[in-house]
Amino acid sequence: MTASLIGRPVKRKEDRRFITGTGHYTDDLSRPHQTHAVFVRSPHAHAKIRKIDAAPALALPGVIQVLTGEDLKADNVQGLICGWMIHSKDGSPMKAGGHPALALGKVRYVGDHVAVVIAETPAAAKDGAEAVVVDYEELPSVTSTGDAQSSSVQIHDEAPRNTVYQWALGDEKATGAAFANAAQVVELNLVNNRLIPNAMEPRAALGEYDSGSGIYTLTTTSQNPHVARLVLSAFVQIAPEHKLRVIAPDVGGGFGSKIFIYPEETVCVWAAKRVGRPVKWTAERGESFLADAHGRDHVTHGALALDKDGRVLGLRVKTTANLGAYLSTFSSAVPTYLYATLLSGQYNIPAIYAEVDAVYTNTAPVDAYRGAGRPEATYVVERLMEEAARKLKLDPAEIRRRNFIREFPHQTPVILAYDIGDYDASLKEAVKRADVSGFAQRKADAAKRDKKRGLGFSTYIEACGLAPSAAVGSLGAGVGLWESAEVRVNPTGSVEVLTGSHSHGQGHETTFAQLVADRLGISIDQVEIVHGDTDKVQFGMGTYGSRSAAVGLSAISLATDKVIAKAKHIAAYVMEVPEDDVEFKDGEFAAVKTNKKMTFGEVALAAYVGHKFPTDQIEPGLKETSFYDPKNFTFPAGCHICEVEIDPDTGVVEIVKFTAVDDFGTVINPMIVEGQVHGGIAQGIGQALLEHGVYDKESGQLLTGSYMDYCMPRADDLPSFEVGMTITACPSNPIGVKGCGEAGAIAAPAAVMNAITDALGVKEFDMPATPEKVWRALSGQRA
Amino acid sequence: MPKIEMRVNGKPISVETEAETLLVHFLRDRLGLTGTHVGCDTGQCGACTVHLNGEAVKSCTMFAVQAHGAEITTIEGLAKNGKLHPMQEAFREHHALQCGFCTPGMIMAAVDIVRRKPNADEKTIRQELEGNICRCTGYHNIVKAIASAAAGMGARS
Repeated sequence: MTASLIGRPVKRKEDRRFITGTGHYTDDLSRPHQTHAVFVRSPHAHAKIRKIDAAPALALPGVIQVLTGEDLKADNVQGLICGWMIHSKDGSPMKAGGHPALALGKVRYVGDHVAVVIAETPAAAKDGAEAVVVDYEELPSVTSTGDAQSSSVQIHDEAPRNTVYQWALGDEKATGAAFANAAQVVELNLVNNRLIPNAMEPRAALGEYDSGSGIYTLTTTSQNPHVARLVLSAFVQIAPEHKLRVIAPDVGGGFGSKIFIYPEETVCVWAAKRVGRPVKWTAERGESFLADAHGRDHVTHGALALDKDGRVLGLRVKTTANLGAYLSTFSSAVPTYLYATLLSGQYNIPAIYAEVDAVYTNTAPVDAYRGAGRPEATYVVERLMEEAARKLKLDPAEIRRRNFIREFPHQTPVILAYDIGDYDASLKEAVKRADVSGFAQRKADAAKRDKKRGLGFSTYIEACGLAPSAAVGSLGAGVGLWESAEVRVNPTGSVEVLTGSHSHGQGHETTFAQLVADRLGISIDQVEIVHGDTDKVQFGMGTYGSRSAAVGLSAISLATDKVIAKAKHIAAYVMEVPEDDVEFKDGEFAAVKTNKKMTFGEVALAAYVGHKFPTDQIEPGLKETSFYDPKNFTFPAGCHICEVEIDPDTGVVEIVKFTAVDDFGTVINPMIVEGQVHGGIAQGIGQALLEHGVYDKESGQLLTGSYMDYCMPRADDLPSFEVGMTITACPSNPIGVKGCGEAGAIAAPAAVMNAITDALGVKEFDMPATPEKVWRALSGQRA
Repeated sequence: MPKIEMRVNGKPISVETEAETLLVHFLRDRLGLTGTHVGCDTGQCGACTVHLNGEAVKSCTMFAVQAHGAEITTIEGLAKNGKLHPMQEAFREHHALQCGFCTPGMIMAAVDIVRRKPNADEKTIRQELEGNICRCTGYHNIVKAIASAAAGMGARS
């Protein structure tokens, strides 16, 4: 018996090209005779466009064309869509304004797309973009979440009071009764700060059109090329689906921001036909700040009703969610079904009622960013739990234990049914690893050095493995969220696995190959993972929502089962034994009552040669596909504990220890899983301490538009992390995995802020906890 | 157009280029060395880090003509005779990369850190990485890889 590859820290297959500089990101690719696109962007937060004069740009050397929204309209190119219908509590559908790829008559945020200049060189296109004269009539703007509904500014005619929807979930009456019977009520006002995703590779697009075949090709920085093709063909109507190929080559991080169908990519592929040459665009970082979909931006009032022993009776949440100036691809689902459905946390809460108002503002569109709704939910629940512990003078671990769900499956009052978990186990392990028992001493020691120590917990849950198609369909999703796979065995026994998942850092080429190699009993070097090209992979829903292993790899697993079944059938014929007598183990098909056996490679060859079995009864070849639709979401959960030390003189918060213990179900490659946890925590700490997308209230200008202004976590802002795992295998998919990509970003902000409020001894304190804010809070105390 | 001469990854180069061409664009667009990346427009992210006469520089902060006469090493030139540099090996061994976009700049900066501070501890390594941003790894494994490579490069003798 060879050792299983599952659960081993196999080094990544994809690394060699990245460490030698031989990867192929979109901007690394060029085509003969390509042109370059630069976008004319709105300098105003809100303005009418009176006139666009392209003549001065067209007069410049190298400028080929200047295209506007009117040109898109003339070619019948439709606007961008939001793929998830949300209904308000009065039953009315959400109020969505139009989203043209290039503005039609009006711009609605700084960075909005006014026109595109196509030129011979990037420099000529840039000069051209500066030369286009746009006559704007400036309008007043509103950027702040809390002001959107009361503002006299109307951003879209379709949405009075800038309100997209007023949605609710849960039982209002039962929740009211829970509060009426409560011994203790804890309330908090919470702001979930706007974040700017900042994948290190800026978005890019290379559009091509072949006039002979009529086929368009878009090479772009996408997490889900098939979804991009579907939207661009069926809705935006660039080209019929079979005449549009979308390729996502190596992609340098996404974190959600590369899920969406953006104006720039749309324009490049469309313009390729207009210009008759390939059109290439690569965002400058400043453009990423302005026009990548941002994340979070919630204003929330949360209230928790408890009995005298700290058992939660009810939770009431009222949230205003900023969706920016246009509804991005999945934006409407983020503050509703990805948020309020998670408000039960790890706890047995009898009654929950959540109201969410989604608003338009004159800011960049807001959509899914690592965690998408679940970090916001965790932040509300875990800040409230910690505050409840303080108010009731209970140990923060103990109040959580008193409320943990321990019987599964567990139906929450907010749609989701948790399939499995062991919250006590992860809490216990985290408490041990964080040395919580030694905290009092460390706090006392710090006090002697005039430093303030704090400890914060976050026992989070997430719904991942997005998602069961019937479930999301009933909630308004425009697509099913299954995944496809094809396992293609070559005559020489090597294997290509085509997957609709897309890796942009997650290491699928290794993890997926581990599973297939393990199942087929072949070397991992014999397995190639193919993804990111609609011409190669039949279909796919892409990578987001921690779904690649739970859904994508499950599809691969099922397709592999089918390959083994067919190979067994062929092996039985070739060995001239009954099929029931054939056993497949460690890469060999053995006939049990004889000494006959065939290796996997020999069966693969036989399958293609076809001499030795009746090809009228068994088709030659060895290739199988699977479309896998999960039975349920998966529910990764765990406990993160943060310990901070604050210097009262400077307000600087140091994370002295960050402990994460997560239950991701079965782990295929612990090295990769831990890496995902590290990265998630870093983004969570970034949100808590450093990052904040800020617009000027008066002008609507983005104040945090570069790395000089938007504080990215750097190596010296972070500690090394203490990471552990507990495991309950997921019963809802064939491999037992739950998903690990978002956990850190979901759990960490609450843990950090609970630690900081503990250290400061304050109740309400909003992210990011910058030194200035912390110092002021302490100064207030001193005054 | 000025003519510049330099050695890039050991090979002599002699070409004309516009005076305002940044070194990073020269490497990527003229020489096809696309391993050096552009991640920002303010000299902050470090994805474009290369070696100029053995020292790490951000190739987006200088013109190609300023590198006239210099010896440039990019990520493509770090491995010698098909053998990975110990820093490249360490990044792979310690899973110090995910999406790989910041990786070339990170590795070039890391080689220079170890050259200058062969006995750097974790804190020093973290401070030295101030000029390179990674969004994927939380730096945890990058710091481990650099410390390990420093030992492997015989620096801790």
